[in-house]
Amino acid sequence: MALGRAFSVAVRGLDGEIVEIEADITSGLPGVHLVGLPDAALQESRDRVRAAITNCGNTWPTTRLTLALSPATLPKMGSAYDVALAAAVLSAQRKTPWRRLETVVLLGELALDGRIRPVRAVLPAVLAAKTEGWRIAVVPVDNLAEASLVDGIEVGGARTLAHLQAWLNGSAPLVDRITGAAPVPEPHADLADVIGQSQARFAVEVAAAGAHHLMLTGPPGVGKTMLAQRLPGLLPALSESESLEVTAIHSVAGLLSDATPLITRPPFVAPHHSSSVAALVGGGSGLARPGAVSRAHRGVLFLDECAEIGVSALEALRTPLEDGEIRLARRDGVACYPARFQLVLAANPCPCAPADPRDCICAAAAKRRYLGRLSGPLLDRVDLRVDMHPARANAFSAASAEPTARVRSRVTSARNAAAERWRPHGYTTNAEVSGSLLRRKFRLCNTAMQPLRTALDRGPLSIRGVDRTLRVAWTLADLAGRASPGLDEVGAALSFRQPGAAR
Amino acid sequence: MTTLTRAELGALGERIATDHLVGLGLRVLARNWRCRYGELDAIAVDPGTHTVVFVEVKTRTGDGYGGLAYAVSEQKVRRLRRLAALWLAEQDRHWAAIRIDVIGVRIGRRRTPEITHLQGVG
Repeated sequence: MALGRAFSVAVRGLDGEIVEIEADITSGLPGVHLVGLPDAALQESRDRVRAAITNCGNTWPTTRLTLALSPATLPKMGSAYDVALAAAVLSAQRKTPWRRLETVVLLGELALDGRIRPVRAVLPAVLAAKTEGWRIAVVPVDNLAEASLVDGIEVGGARTLAHLQAWLNGSAPLVDRITGAAPVPEPHADLADVIGQSQARFAVEVAAAGAHHLMLTGPPGVGKTMLAQRLPGLLPALSESESLEVTAIHSVAGLLSDATPLITRPPFVAPHHSSSVAALVGGGSGLARPGAVSRAHRGVLFLDECAEIGVSALEALRTPLEDGEIRLARRDGVACYPARFQLVLAANPCPCAPADPRDCICAAAAKRRYLGRLSGPLLDRVDLRVDMHPARANAFSAASAEPTARVRSRVTSARNAAAERWRPHGYTTNAEVSGSLLRRKFRLCNTAMQPLRTALDRGPLSIRGVDRTLRVAWTLADLAGRASPGLDEVGAALSFRQPGAAR
Repeated sequence: MTTLTRAELGALGERIATDHLVGLGLRVLARNWRCRYGELDAIAVDPGTHTVVFVEVKTRTGDGYGGLAYAVSEQKVRRLRRLAALWLAEQDRHWAAIRIDVIGVRIGRRRTPEITHLQGVG
């Protein structure tokens, strides 16, 4: 019976599902029938597979060939099924099908001469194969570094279809997994380069220690962008599970490089201010692909000139800011991507933005309209707002400011203290802690709560604002090395929420 | 051996195919039945299953253009089906079933012509 079977993985969003591929050769007029909801790229794989098989010295069946991908209702897209399709066809042509194919998942795109080309989303696919209990994953040799990140499953790289065939016959080994290639930390911009701006530097330090959102306003050239770019350097390296999460997202987005398969540093994503909603939160036809918020997962999303960004794009950030994930519904289904990022906004105070705010010539209405694009609900989620002023003193001093390394050690100890405190409740940073926990179990003394109560009574602070202020206060206490925030910390945290001229 | 013209080659192939059908125990009703829409190469009856079989014969001396296997396209099968319907409409007999077959005759590779018989293509 001419039936061949191979297995591959379909990746939807970040979840993988095993796809069984069957090839059936029967008598009939010659033709290839591909069933199982393939998209355009997969329809074309018929021609690629055929050319690759004939160019590797095999024959293509001159009868009716039915290729079925199951589950049949799952829409399948992309070229990653080529290798599995080819293996199923070759297996169907043999007298006895390869036993090995029953325990292997195959990934990869075929070139017409039989080379196996790299594909996207190998990491989530191999992870899915591992959780489903598969023993071996065969990936393109160019994706091997990425696939090797997954432990608990045998990983092998195949160069060509002939190479894979030889392995299935038991006559040649696959390329071994790549281990131990420690990724080199890329050099970050140093905080010592920023002149003056002690308050803003402190705000950046607090933001790094507690993973709080940050907004910097000020005239052009005072160092808003410089400070924001130095924030990722203050953050600690990602833990192993976080690295895998971030790497999986980048793998789905097709952004991984061969040199650094595993992303261990927090990503820094700075979309241009003309970005659309789809570019920011993710989108695309069929099944949505991750956008800037997901690429910045566990890292920093920096929106420079945020007053120039379209209102709809900014407002789309609200839900991911609160939920830490984003669900995008498109024609082929709902994709859910994690999006727990740290938001950093930077803006000028007004359209004309002279070096000294006193020289401003904007009409009052223009000024109001400019920062008024940042809506209340969005700004309510930003814990730290800092007005930056031009530094005049010490602008030419030779003494350099505090370097990144020293600030980072403080940030790390503060983060460790916070992680230790919240571990029983399942949180790692102050910014994630739920409001009820802050108000009940970790309630502050009455004197410390007094400024918050006043602000709430008088109206400028929302209930969520109270929670957020408390989180910042805990971070300030962690940085100061105190067990719990006192009046000073709460006051300072509140002052970060109420800058004089932000609106 | 003399070189055959295309028409002679086709006729030779059809004769070989008819012999093949008779060898299988089928009774040939008509050959080269024509109407304004085209031609059916052979019409045969399988007495065992009382099936009428419409046969398209393809004769080749080379393997160009994908060889014999790819000579019958989807369009050709559709035409065969329509011609079969026209032929059946002219008859006053009835059959239990109908079938469309393709017989490929490859001449020149071996001493005896090679026959490939595909049953039930449309």
